[in-house]
Amino acid sequence: MKKLWRLFLAFAKVGVMTFGGGYAMIPILEREIVDRHGWASSEELMDYYAVGQCTPGVIAVNTATFIGYKVAGLLGGVVATLGVVFPSLCIITLIAGVLTHFADIPQVKSAFAAIRVCVCVLIFNAVLKLWKGAVKDKGALALFLLVFILSIFLDISPVFYVLVCAAAGILFTRWGVRGK
Amino acid sequence: MILLRLFWEFFKTGLFAVGGGMATLPFLYSMAEATGWFTAAQLADMIAVSESTPGPIGVNMATYVGFTVAGIPGAIIATLGLIAPEVIIILIIARVLQKFRQNKLVDAAFYGLRPCSVGLIAAAGLLVVKVAMLHVDLYFQTGRLAELVDWKAILLAAVLIVLTRWVKKTKKLHPIFFILGSALVGVVLSF
Repeated sequence: MKKLWRLFLAFAKVGVMTFGGGYAMIPILEREIVDRHGWASSEELMDYYAVGQCTPGVIAVNTATFIGYKVAGLLGGVVATLGVVFPSLCIITLIAGVLTHFADIPQVKSAFAAIRVCVCVLIFNAVLKLWKGAVKDKGALALFLLVFILSIFLDISPVFYVLVCAAAGILFTRWGVRGK
Repeated sequence: MILLRLFWEFFKTGLFAVGGGMATLPFLYSMAEATGWFTAAQLADMIAVSESTPGPIGVNMATYVGFTVAGIPGAIIATLGLIAPEVIIILIIARVLQKFRQNKLVDAAFYGLRPCSVGLIAAAGLLVVKVAMLHVDLYFQTGRLAELVDWKAILLAAVLIVLTRWVKKTKKLHPIFFILGSALVGVVLSF
């Protein structure tokens, strides 16, 4: 019971601190889930992001379900997910009910323009950290560059990259390219 | 029964929107047309609010639409509808993954998937850079290179990089401090 409560609180915290959606929560997750609670490693988180790319739904929710399940089974998955959406429910309901022109307030606009800059820097730091864990040989470097460059210039579904890279991972391992 | 219908509409969205928050948008547009619950203009407001509040954007959108349609119960039901399919799918995958974690084939696949994740995140980050630090539209209007960069934003980014990577005292701070600090700077310097 105590574990479930801790899951709920930890993910509610992640929900409150995620500004700008999706990948903006990676630095927060790293801090809360990996450093603070030790519920998953950086590498496991990356695995969850990859799976989350191919499954429907919001990535924050996918990751919460994964980690909750790992820590406390089925119920843990459900509780962690409810935790991550709980702040949204409260905040949005409040804004939708009371402050209908919230997004038009100049100060709000200024604050979020600056927050977006901060999110860039935080994602940049997270990418550097993840890069060290994920790109350890030439094969991995090739896959990173392939995905990074193609996804800048082409508008293909991430599912495509995930499938190609999973297949490449298997082939590279079989051919003995891995680790070189 | 409008709550049931709300749950069902968002259940469908949650089931088919692959690839994160913004993937829910096309579904919401067609929902607006099909149900008449809200207009496209209202949807634009909802997007603005969802982006300017904490929390995953997809979830924020569901809560907002649900509230607009049927008050607080609507907000709760729409959000639960959105997350129900993914929770079910991920729980199944998590179960299978735990069983096959040690499997050589699965391990090899994840060896390829990790650089893929980093590549996708890096590219998405670059997209945020474009929105947050560049005036691409202005550059195309005027053609002047100096107009392309938002100098205030670049300066803030430089300060943040130094604080988060090099200064020993601030490096270990929780990311939320930097987020709130930036918000303050944004208001004071009217970004």
